[in-house]
Amino acid sequence: MSETSLQITGLSKSFGGVQAVMDVSFSLHPGELLALIGPNGAGKTTCFNMLNGQLKPDSGSVMLFSKETVGLKPADIWRLGVGRTFQITATYSSMTVCENVQMALLSDRQQLMSFTRRASRMYRPEALELLKQVGIVEQEDRPCSTLAYGDLKRVELAVALANNPRLLLMDEPTAGMAPKERVELMALTADIVKERNLSVLFTEHDMDVVFAHADRILVLNRGKLIADDTPENVRNNPEVRMVYLGTETEEIAHA
Amino acid sequence: MGFFIVQVLTGLSSAAAVFLVASGLSIIFGVTRVVNFAHGSFYMLGAFFAYTFTSHLTSVVGFWVAMLLSAIAVGLIGVVVEILILRRVYQAPELFQLVATFGVILVIQDLALLVWGAEDLLGPLAPGLDSTVNIFGTLLPEYDLALIALSLIVLVALWFLFNRTRWGCLVRAATEDREMVGALGVNQTWLFTGTFFLGSLLAGLGGAAQLPKGGASLLMDFEILAAIFVVVVVGGMGSILGAYLAAVLIFEFNAFGILILPESTLVLMFLLMAIVLILRPWGLLGKPEAPGQLGQVGPPELPYQSASRPLRIIGILFVCFLFSLPAFADDFTLVLAIEMLIMSLFAASLHFAMGPGGMVSFGHAAFFGGGAYAAALLVSHANAPMEVAMLFAPLMSGVLALIVGWFCVRLSGVYLAMLTMAFAQVAWSIVFQWDAATGGDDGILGIWPSAWASDRMAYYYLTLIASVGGILILRHVLFTPFGYAMRAVRDSAVRSESIGIRVSRQKWLAFAFSGFMAGIAGGLFVFSKGSVFPDEMAIPRSFDALIMVLLGGVKTLWGPVTGASVFTWLHDEISRFEYWRLLLGTLIIAIVLAFPQGIAGFFGNWWHRLRNKGI
Repeated sequence: MSETSLQITGLSKSFGGVQAVMDVSFSLHPGELLALIGPNGAGKTTCFNMLNGQLKPDSGSVMLFSKETVGLKPADIWRLGVGRTFQITATYSSMTVCENVQMALLSDRQQLMSFTRRASRMYRPEALELLKQVGIVEQEDRPCSTLAYGDLKRVELAVALANNPRLLLMDEPTAGMAPKERVELMALTADIVKERNLSVLFTEHDMDVVFAHADRILVLNRGKLIADDTPENVRNNPEVRMVYLGTETEEIAHA
Repeated sequence: MGFFIVQVLTGLSSAAAVFLVASGLSIIFGVTRVVNFAHGSFYMLGAFFAYTFTSHLTSVVGFWVAMLLSAIAVGLIGVVVEILILRRVYQAPELFQLVATFGVILVIQDLALLVWGAEDLLGPLAPGLDSTVNIFGTLLPEYDLALIALSLIVLVALWFLFNRTRWGCLVRAATEDREMVGALGVNQTWLFTGTFFLGSLLAGLGGAAQLPKGGASLLMDFEILAAIFVVVVVGGMGSILGAYLAAVLIFEFNAFGILILPESTLVLMFLLMAIVLILRPWGLLGKPEAPGQLGQVGPPELPYQSASRPLRIIGILFVCFLFSLPAFADDFTLVLAIEMLIMSLFAASLHFAMGPGGMVSFGHAAFFGGGAYAAALLVSHANAPMEVAMLFAPLMSGVLALIVGWFCVRLSGVYLAMLTMAFAQVAWSIVFQWDAATGGDDGILGIWPSAWASDRMAYYYLTLIASVGGILILRHVLFTPFGYAMRAVRDSAVRSESIGIRVSRQKWLAFAFSGFMAGIAGGLFVFSKGSVFPDEMAIPRSFDALIMVLLGGVKTLWGPVTGASVFTWLHDEISRFEYWRLLLGTLIIAIVLAFPQGIAGFFGNWWHRLRNKGI
């Protein structure tokens, strides 16, 4: 694969005296599901927030489809074709499920300054189509504030897909969901990725999800990238076992 | 040299009383999240109590003990207010406590009038401090030095209280994370009451301390309100040391600013605040506010729906009724109806920004009064006809809102609200102090409608069409993509950014649109009265609008209209009585306690329940 969706070089960020992300470099190819894992506080979310423009890195470069994005705002990066879901779901609680998706469509079609038509009637069929893809079309008219958490995650996925992104950034897509729901949501995501030839970068705590779906795994520890390899090799990587699974292996040894 | 030192000391002593009052406000806000509008009233009561206590008790317990007793008396009044009123509305949505504290302001104003009379009272001189000291040839009253000392003593005492006692530790913890403190089993009820006691006591102490210098008058409550809000915001909400630094900074700035630009002292204070907040959005020593602390309390509102058929029919019937009103109403009723319509549009414009927009404005009168003045100035200086002036009014208000909004939308919650208030005060002081153009306190007179609209009935129809049209436009915009994007930004800023919505720009334009619509109301207002005075831009006018929106219910689309109509009508009915403030204040408090969702909110919920039962 010659073309990269995302090329990260030397990304660093510190907060006060804490070096949250240290000289991280990796790349992502079209159609690839790349997992970013690491213990709590490893810098995963910081990494994510730099990729979509919420945080400005201290140094380093983020090339998105061969375009430098450091210094761009989240709204600009979204226009380049990046969809984002959040660790703690961020949806519009005073709108219906369908309206949440319609918001993204309205933004994509540059209709936000429109004063004439009613927003809830615009792009509704397209919004329903997206809701169908993520499997919650029957809840279209419910207020988002009354949805179960797992369904909210699906709303987020539909919203993230609304501008036909080429790259999805998913921060803990299955956090807070029941085990069965997790498997379903990740299988759904994998299908969509294949169908649309998307690239996905996701963080995840559930190792079953990671090893079942990721094409490649990045391991972050204390801000440093310590592995970038296939699931098989990461599983057998001694350094990963040390820092990431260290306590677990000890427990096994004691057992 | 002496002059310079005296100027510095004068600044410090002016800062003293304001710091005392502001620290009380800051502590109360920090723990209970109540923006206590009645804090100025507590300050005024402190001065009145001190007047009575020192004249009767000085010979018994001494001057300073009498002062302290008046502060404690005010503290106890604060406790009564907290227990009887505020405790019942902590769970109410949004800023509903504001309305209650506004009711308290009115009640206290009339009670003070009843007890102490309308005359300004001259304060007694402090025994032993009634002379002046000579500093390198310039004289300074001794009492000024005592005030400086008092402020420092209170600053140290508060530091000790908050850092060395268990109660103070709890207060700090509650300021940081109220829910966590509750989860740890601390009795929040009494923590809140205690906080109110301390905060009110400090306000009373400030009023008492000010008495020998400035006496006691019924205007003290609103006079200090803007200053203490500025001090608290510049210092950082909840920070005592910040409040002290801010008070000193502002009054030193004033003490020297008065030498260079004696005309613009009022403007200077608010400009300083604007500059500090732009550089440090959370004040000198404040911490960022957690998102959604203001304006987002309570369950989220329901998705918007088109008006149902019965509601539409009621609405159409109501508008028909309004059109037929001149057929059977007398002149007085028409005058009242005109004012109700104008205020409904004004309140609806504020609701647009503070409800769906999530930007609470404490200074919306700037755009209402700004529109009124823009129209009046165009008529008085350029002889423009009414039609042109009425179009000019919203345009100027819109431009003003674009300027104010550019600064304000960078902030959120209570800081945004306070900054709007500061800008409104700047606008007010310009109008108030620029005699040559605006006539200052005397206002602009003789602004009458064109011949075709000068008949009362004709002007009523003009107002009716413009107000109802304006309200319907505001409502319509809420349903369009622009209105949805504004609500999206309020609901979740991160989500909005990540789907390409420019958050600041969306808020900015929405704010400007709201100001534009308030300007229409202002233009209608000035021609209905024939005159305009600085009062139309002053804080009480901004508060009126807030009360209207909150009384009606901020989470309903028809709330502001209901609130404005009820409030204007009540005001008109009641203001014939001598002690109408007492009555109106009591009524407002009663409404707050009876309808914590607002009037329209209450009936809206009732309507929903009815429909869900399938009736």
